[in-house]
Amino acid sequence: MSTRSRPRSPHLQIYRPQITSILSIAHRLTGVVLAAAALLLTYWLASAAYGPESFARAQAFFGHWFGRLILFGVTFFLFYHLCNGIRHLLWDIGWGFELPRLRSSGVVVVVASTVLTVLIWFAPYIVAGKL
Amino acid sequence: MEMRSSLRRVQGLGSAKEGVGHWWAERLTSMALVPLVLWFMASAVFLVGANHAAFKAWVGSFGNGLMLVLFIIALFHHAQLGLQVVIEDYVHGETAKMALLIAVKFAFFFIGAGSVSAVLHLAFGN
Repeated sequence: MSTRSRPRSPHLQIYRPQITSILSIAHRLTGVVLAAAALLLTYWLASAAYGPESFARAQAFFGHWFGRLILFGVTFFLFYHLCNGIRHLLWDIGWGFELPRLRSSGVVVVVASTVLTVLIWFAPYIVAGKL
Repeated sequence: MEMRSSLRRVQGLGSAKEGVGHWWAERLTSMALVPLVLWFMASAVFLVGANHAAFKAWVGSFGNGLMLVLFIIALFHHAQLGLQVVIEDYVHGETAKMALLIAVKFAFFFIGAGSVSAVLHLAFGN
């Protein structure tokens, strides 16, 4: 059977990016990155299990500007995935499928994850009494 | 003539309530991870720049050790379930897909177990 090769859906190149589709792929993307970032948690715990020297090295790495940059990114990804995950759970119980609510809940997710990220990165300075 | 009963014919074909197993496990772990992630991030604030003794004492307290183990199990189980879907969606060769799935499942089980073992070592080891 000869069939012409027709464009197949979803034809991402010609779709106008929308908040719904962008946040959807972002959920996957952040999930994959966070799965990799889970290795940092293992490294942290394992370095402590190995002893004070290796733990000091791990703490120095996380305290270095490069380590902090990674952790900051991971924090934002984590809070995004958490907030959007709650959005997913709400959909699972049938809440918020109307288009306007779909968009507004998406905005809430982005704002909430940004605010949470900034807040938690200020918190250690407050704890240390430097603010 | 069909000799098999209707029941025999559908057995093993439908979901028999197990088809949603992956989906359900993903939701359960995600629900567990909401409080666990918030607890972990709040705790991490106080562990910035901590030395080994302080960290060991923190992990060694009963509540923290318990929460950490719960967090690790839920996190790695959830991560592995999510990666499975991504692999199934984007890796098309049957051999490559299987190899990657097996590798990811083994790796996350191993790393998760390693993390729990590190917690236990810190809490009970010397």
